[in-house]
Amino acid sequence: MNGLRVSPSPHRSAGLSTAKVMAMVVIALLPAAVMGCIYFGPRAAAVLLVTIASSVVFEALFNIIAKKEQTVSDLSAVVTGLLLGMNLPASVPFYIPVIGSFVAIVIVKQLFGGIGQNFANPAITARIVLMVSFSQMTSWVVPYWYKDGSSAADAVTGATPLAAGWLDNGTAMVSPFTLKQMLLGETGGCIGETCALALIIGGLFLIVTKIISPAAPVAFIGTFGVLTLIYTGSPTMTVYQLLAGGLMIGAFFMATDYATTPLTTSGKIVFGVGCAVITFVIRQFGNYPEGVSFSILLMNLLTPYIDRICRTHPLGAKKPVKKAKEAAQ
Amino acid sequence: MKKLNGVRLSHDKGTEDCETVSFPLPKQVIIPLSQSMGAPCSCLVKAGDTVTVGQKIGDTDAFMSVPVHSSVSGRVSAVTDFLLPAGNTCKAVVIDSDGEQTPDPNIAPPSVSDKKSFIAAVRECGLAGLGGAGFPTHVKMNFDPTKTPIDTLVINAAECEPYITSDYRQMMESPDDIINGVLLVQKYLEIPVCKICIEKNKPKAIALLKEKTADIKSIEIVTLPCTYPQGAEKVIIYSATGRIVGEGELPGNQGVLVMNVSSAAFVSRYLETGMPLVSKRITLDGNAVTKNKGNYIVPIGTRVSEILEYGGAEAPEKVLYGGPMMGFPLYDTDQPILKTTNAILAFKDIKEPKTTACIRCGSCVRVCPLKLMPVEIESAYKAKDVETLKALKVMLCMNCGCCSYICPAHRPLAEINQLAKGLIPRPAPKK
Repeated sequence: MNGLRVSPSPHRSAGLSTAKVMAMVVIALLPAAVMGCIYFGPRAAAVLLVTIASSVVFEALFNIIAKKEQTVSDLSAVVTGLLLGMNLPASVPFYIPVIGSFVAIVIVKQLFGGIGQNFANPAITARIVLMVSFSQMTSWVVPYWYKDGSSAADAVTGATPLAAGWLDNGTAMVSPFTLKQMLLGETGGCIGETCALALIIGGLFLIVTKIISPAAPVAFIGTFGVLTLIYTGSPTMTVYQLLAGGLMIGAFFMATDYATTPLTTSGKIVFGVGCAVITFVIRQFGNYPEGVSFSILLMNLLTPYIDRICRTHPLGAKKPVKKAKEAAQ
Repeated sequence: MKKLNGVRLSHDKGTEDCETVSFPLPKQVIIPLSQSMGAPCSCLVKAGDTVTVGQKIGDTDAFMSVPVHSSVSGRVSAVTDFLLPAGNTCKAVVIDSDGEQTPDPNIAPPSVSDKKSFIAAVRECGLAGLGGAGFPTHVKMNFDPTKTPIDTLVINAAECEPYITSDYRQMMESPDDIINGVLLVQKYLEIPVCKICIEKNKPKAIALLKEKTADIKSIEIVTLPCTYPQGAEKVIIYSATGRIVGEGELPGNQGVLVMNVSSAAFVSRYLETGMPLVSKRITLDGNAVTKNKGNYIVPIGTRVSEILEYGGAEAPEKVLYGGPMMGFPLYDTDQPILKTTNAILAFKDIKEPKTTACIRCGSCVRVCPLKLMPVEIESAYKAKDVETLKALKVMLCMNCGCCSYICPAHRPLAEINQLAKGLIPRPAPKK
């Protein structure tokens, strides 16, 4: 033979890979993760390292035991681990992140077929499992707690912006944190969710590099803002609500997860609006102070249906004409 | 008007300043008798016959076909069975060149006076879409103005594939042929408007043709964005006119006739000289080509191996007819240059990336110019779900390759689209 290779076109590729895409997501998450470590100290960094390491180990072990191709190098386990860690309080005992990684990687992701096949967001599902299982999941250390040398066990704890509620000073409702504190993330909360500014920067980076579409974050944040503004009638309260809790990390990094959110722009908008409505309802009327995780998980479950309804309309596709022809035959 | 999606490619048009030169005359040519869409030709010569340049060696009574002519003067050494790169077989005429290039004495400019004689001449010259599709040009031209009136002639000069510069050289070297060809088509087919569409990455060609057509009101030069695949028929029609060629329609249904820029130029040359289509301008490029990269006028039937040898391409790993996005890989370098060949690209050191699991990133949906959903088509194909494939309109896919190109998991999506088309039962032929 002449050694010529024959293959179907195209004969070139953009040179992207799953690992490159995942690396971009890690880069986008880093500003918020770093801010989290600054606010919540070395212990926060340790929690992130534990979730990342345990996620990677669980992924590797599962592939070995299940005799599947090793997928650790695609970095998706790193993203899952990092996201999960950023959704935990800095003060959790270290066995909690390990259990979380097991739930995320083994139960939610690998048992459903691995990357791209899971129907629920691994990090969010793991966070919810941990939240309903462990009381330590709702104990929040205050920013810079580590500077006075106290240990995690007896660190000063404080409420998150959403749990704290607004105080009545007699003449008006006063927010427990200033909007500047909220934007920069100098509040109690999960390691990676408090610094809204860093999350927005990371999200914009992913949008500009076309790793994610702006549709879902814009629909999520926009709808939630409008609903809150209408309900509360207070622009300050609305901005406070937008910057608080897991909204930014959820909107930019979880409502844009490839496997568990719709494919098309119209589907992504439906998804974002759905998340916003559920988050709004839980925050304003529910028992939990925060509803972002639940809203995303619930919308994950609806994604296959949204995908079926929100297909693209191909250029030149003629539905009615074709039907008429078939009827005529 | 909304821009269609696509991908940005590196142009790699390193040969754009290489003036076209004649390729050294080959000692032997092999000319397949099926070089256009439609019926293959019957052979008009036999082994031992003497032939001249431009002599007709294959023809058929079928309307959907064009005759084939000898590209050299010499002696027919054999008429053989031939396997075309696309996998179909036909007869091929092998001719030993005598090196004289004696033209056929019967060659004379055709007498053209009306639409009918014009279309007959276009058929006689053997012209079939030089852009690569090989659709017989006279068939497109033979529209019925009472049923499908055509008001716009779109000249496809996008040349959106990387590497290829043969159409660009056509524009730079003989723009008058193009304009004359356009005017002839407009005149005989009574098409009031012509839009010559050129991709933005060819500013010199745009400026030159704008200058040349400044006084011609019926011709407009349209600058296309540098988004692949601008040269795809449906895309260029949309970009030029805003019209959408629907499912099951031909451009004619939207009042548009599309011609490749080199095809238009050839019409003009043929009416002037009477010499049918016997040679082709091609680009020789690719990283396996070590010397003589450039543009060449090559006799049709020249073996690709001779061209590769000329380019110093020893043991290339992949040789393509056409560009890297939609080009056709050769299984054998003894294949000849065809009417539809616009480039020979030879590559080595190819890294074929490994296919991994789909991560549902939706990039394929984002880049598809026709807004198809390759990721959904793939899962429907795997499930052999014909109804879903129909609903996803897989038949519209034009195989531009954007989906496979962009896929971070390197899934062969374009290939799967073509395979999926095979699952959809074809409508029963009309009786």
